[in-house]
Amino acid sequence: MSIQVRDLRKTFGHFKALDEVSLTFNSGELVALLGPSGCGKTTLLRIIAGLEYPDSGAVLFSGEDATFTHVRERGVGFVFQHYALFRHMTVFDNVAFGLTVRPRRQRPSRGEIAERVHRLLELVQLDWLADRYPDQLSGGQRQRIALARALAVEPKVLLLDEPFGALDARVRKDLRGWLRRLHDELHVTSIFVTHDQEEAMEVADRIVVINQGRVEQVGTPREIYNAPASPFVYGFIGDANRLSGHAADGWAELAGLRVPAPEFGQPEPRPVTGYIRPHDIQLQTADQGEGVAVRVESVAQVGAALRVSVRIPDGDTSLQVELPHSGGGWPFQVGEPVKALPRAARVFAG
Amino acid sequence: MSRNRVIPGFGLSLGYATLYTSLIVFIPLAALAASGISLGAETFWAVVSHPQAVASYQLSFGASLVAALINLIFGLLVAWVLVRYTFPGKRIADALVDLPFALPTAVAGIALTALYGRNGWFGQYLEGWWGFKVAYAPAGIVVALTLIGLPFVVRTVQPVLEGLERELEEAAASLGANRWQTFRRVLLPALVPALLTGFALSFARAVGEYGSVVFISGNMPYRTEITPLLIYSKLEQYDYAGASALGVMLLVFSFVLLLAINGLQYWSLRRQGGG
Repeated sequence: MSIQVRDLRKTFGHFKALDEVSLTFNSGELVALLGPSGCGKTTLLRIIAGLEYPDSGAVLFSGEDATFTHVRERGVGFVFQHYALFRHMTVFDNVAFGLTVRPRRQRPSRGEIAERVHRLLELVQLDWLADRYPDQLSGGQRQRIALARALAVEPKVLLLDEPFGALDARVRKDLRGWLRRLHDELHVTSIFVTHDQEEAMEVADRIVVINQGRVEQVGTPREIYNAPASPFVYGFIGDANRLSGHAADGWAELAGLRVPAPEFGQPEPRPVTGYIRPHDIQLQTADQGEGVAVRVESVAQVGAALRVSVRIPDGDTSLQVELPHSGGGWPFQVGEPVKALPRAARVFAG
Repeated sequence: MSRNRVIPGFGLSLGYATLYTSLIVFIPLAALAASGISLGAETFWAVVSHPQAVASYQLSFGASLVAALINLIFGLLVAWVLVRYTFPGKRIADALVDLPFALPTAVAGIALTALYGRNGWFGQYLEGWWGFKVAYAPAGIVVALTLIGLPFVVRTVQPVLEGLERELEEAAASLGANRWQTFRRVLLPALVPALLTGFALSFARAVGEYGSVVFISGNMPYRTEITPLLIYSKLEQYDYAGASALGVMLLVFSFVLLLAINGLQYWSLRRQGGG
């Protein structure tokens, strides 16, 4: 089922949680709502779920207005950050809950419920935990049970609010891949909220970047990373060196670094801010060719990469550079003068 | 068991707790039992099985159970309102709940008698219109015991209710549960242990209550005479051994009932996977 939201606005007191948000979620898609905490992404998800109502705007499910439909009738599955499992029920009863609260005429028989619950528990690979209570499970297991519970009512949409936010890094990583595979199997339209860009990049078909209640950019993970639409997205997705300077005649001068800026063709210089990814900077020995002269401040090995920090002599600006590291000694020593050459940059006005 | 704990001193604290509860609780109770037993088996049995005594047990425990049940339901309601809604004067209402704790119960008894007496505000209508007698009848005893037991249920349920996450209700609603199902199947089971504790406390307090009941009950033997009052009248006749014998019976009954409630509570906690 496709979901559309139109011109959503929501304020809490004086705080604008959502400001004219319009988005379309296609049927069968897995979309991430990504943004810093307090940006309004959870509010958007809760409005889609019907747990919150917008001040103005509309929510459409398959083209039909559902803005004020009660959450009970919306047919959405909602997964909470802190699981919200019913502690006094066994895992089995938790998963069966959505089926057992149906009016008698629509309720499946006991046998059917049992069969369906076990199928779902198999799907989340936790069939052997059916008789346990939530308190006896690990965080990752609880979240998978919460997901099975949400899926039991065969929702048309699956909404997940920071589903892995309360788990430790190791489990998060496992569950990400698992969620992606599960989605490929079920193809139910899914939206999940996260503040972790890596999570969004790895799992989602499309990413919606939200900041201060507004949509900054919508696109595939590749588009978002390679062509950030705004300074905010550039800074939020991946690491970036932020440099201020001036641009004129199609070139920008950023703290001594010269980068192409085709959008700024005018002759008189204008103040700009440029963003350069650490891996888009090349370092060369001082006697070789182009680039701006810098001095190595520190070198650290992080996994298969070398993180080099260099200082531009004319000011207090430091540049973070990431180089592939193929083993052996480090090519640069601390204090050594080298040359830095940016290969790609993005320049924004202001 | 006591080794490698974060907070040491298991032996010392257990010893202190044992000594303290012995001095304050067990030894006086043992003295009471000894005094009752000094009557000899036959006299003891004659005292505790006297029809007047038996009638007083029935009244005491019956009225206490009814009062505790009323408090169970309305205490939950009061706690719910205090936790879930904001309204002007909420803090005052919250403070008022504790008042029966602080009030000398005799004062409460006098106030209730004035209200429910034949010429009282409520009493004149209840008795005049419907012929329903509250003061000087068992119903009056239930009213008094309900008043003094209310805070127990409210104060035990309130913190648990506050601790229940909103998300539980949202999860239930998103799964299609209506309000009643959400309350009945999600909220209530989480509140059962606290409700049982409140019920037990309220009941225990009611069994031992004396001050507020003497005024409103009228103290007619066989009809409106509670066991604590019977004990008191034996004391007035210098029949200390007889008073102790009745006291022992009261203790035994109370202990068995509280043990049963504790058992229920243990069972319900086990069902929540906490055991």
